[in-house]
Amino acid sequence: MSDITLPPSLQGVAPVKSIRTPARLDYQYSAGRASSRFLNNVAKKRLVGQMCPACEKVYVPPRGSCPTCGVATGEDVELSDNGTITSFCVVNVPFMGTLMEIPYVSALIVLDGSDIPIMHLIQEVPYDEVHPGMRVEAVWVPDDEIGATLESIRYFRPNGEPDAPFDSYKENV
Amino acid sequence: MRDVAIISFAQTKHAREISDINEVEILMPLMTEALASAGIAKERVDFVCSASSDYLAGQPFSFVMSLDAFGPWPPISESHVDMDGAWAMYEAWVKMQMGKTDIALVYAYGKSSPGNIRRVLSRQLDPYSLGPLWLDSVSIAAMQARLGLDAGVFTEQQIAEVVVDARRHGAQNPFAQLGGTFDVAGLLEEPEFVAPLRKHDCAPVTDGAAVMILAAGDVARELSDRPAWIRGIDHRIEAAALGVRDLTRSTSTKLAAQHARVAAGAVDFAELHAPFAHQELLLRAAIGLDDSVTVNPSGGALCANPIMTAGLVRLGEAAARITRGDGDRAVAHATSGPCLQQNLVCVLEGD
Repeated sequence: MSDITLPPSLQGVAPVKSIRTPARLDYQYSAGRASSRFLNNVAKKRLVGQMCPACEKVYVPPRGSCPTCGVATGEDVELSDNGTITSFCVVNVPFMGTLMEIPYVSALIVLDGSDIPIMHLIQEVPYDEVHPGMRVEAVWVPDDEIGATLESIRYFRPNGEPDAPFDSYKENV
Repeated sequence: MRDVAIISFAQTKHAREISDINEVEILMPLMTEALASAGIAKERVDFVCSASSDYLAGQPFSFVMSLDAFGPWPPISESHVDMDGAWAMYEAWVKMQMGKTDIALVYAYGKSSPGNIRRVLSRQLDPYSLGPLWLDSVSIAAMQARLGLDAGVFTEQQIAEVVVDARRHGAQNPFAQLGGTFDVAGLLEEPEFVAPLRKHDCAPVTDGAAVMILAAGDVARELSDRPAWIRGIDHRIEAAALGVRDLTRSTSTKLAAQHARVAAGAVDFAELHAPFAHQELLLRAAIGLDDSVTVNPSGGALCANPIMTAGLVRLGEAAARITRGDGDRAVAHATSGPCLQQNLVCVLEGD
């Protein structure tokens, strides 16, 4: 940089070491047909996945395609709001915007009748007792607060059933 | 050079807004159509290359989910560019030159409707001096048009003639968003939008997607009665700073056209990616196309401009015409960045 000579008007002026240029863009996101149908069912307190016509796996939330076979999923499959934890993590770091008290547990849960886990929160159990195979059930928000969002399920909690056998969820581990 | 050809192409019926379906739902029927038209199952595809922009989708790594439309299992060889699909096609072509890839599938998609496209495109500018001004894509193009008019490079009359031709061609294209019969005098009576540009001088805001299949050598001959062979391809880029460029000419297009050997033979028609009408005139001059060459028989980007996709559509439209026998030698061009910053030129030939 030593070979650059600044014009006299800039000599002795403090250099700009950093600038802040905040940027904001707003979007109107389209969920698409399959996800819209899923979310509209959530608003009715129902969890509805879709089955691949080729491999017969049931996806939830459905995105309109089987990511393995690359074919459209059409057939709706009604799912239970009970499921099995396949994996989990204990969150010890507060994220901006979160209302959760730390530590809390975030888990992958295979809903009964489906073949792919959804991610949700686990509550009403000490975090160090959460484990793969644990059977859980959804705790919904009060009926007048239910909307077309997965936040309509407040969290999952143990449903009191004995652990699911490993073979029943091994494909999702 | 290994012979590589475009053997199949599918595109959406482009529209101002495709909001009832997501990107996967848009792409899947196109993949099915392109594969069926090539007469192959997806298992024969050796390489997949996609093009899209997270800035359009408004979410990071948005392209990863779009692979669901192909079905990437068992694991596939795959790549992505945050560029127009024409550059995804270029990457596939380079990969095929290395010898082991015989069939490649290229796809591109862009939904402009979720955001404000003029603001979104301003994020292409450098983040220190121009970006903070939110200088939008139409305003920058208008400055380029003003420079061209003042320098006598083109006239308002010529710009309007480009629009008349584009809309006339667009009316014949079932995939185009705009088309119809207009005349120069009528267009020049329209009010200015961002002076000196009128609304019809600017590409429409479009949602759309496209899928292309490339095949090499004998595989292409096996799968297509008349492959559109890539006989020359090159892309060049100019400086990011608008102030250091001569915006009244497209030097990068000229260089790319030379390296793609456009001048080595007669050109039957050209598909040029000009999101603004005056840019078509700059591109014609840079590539060296005379008035006898039909430009944008599809209607071009002025009749449908799905961002990240419209360049690939130029290549696909040109290839489809070659395959149909509507010409023997065509030029296809794609652009990216403000004021024709980056340009790709491809020469396609039938046997």
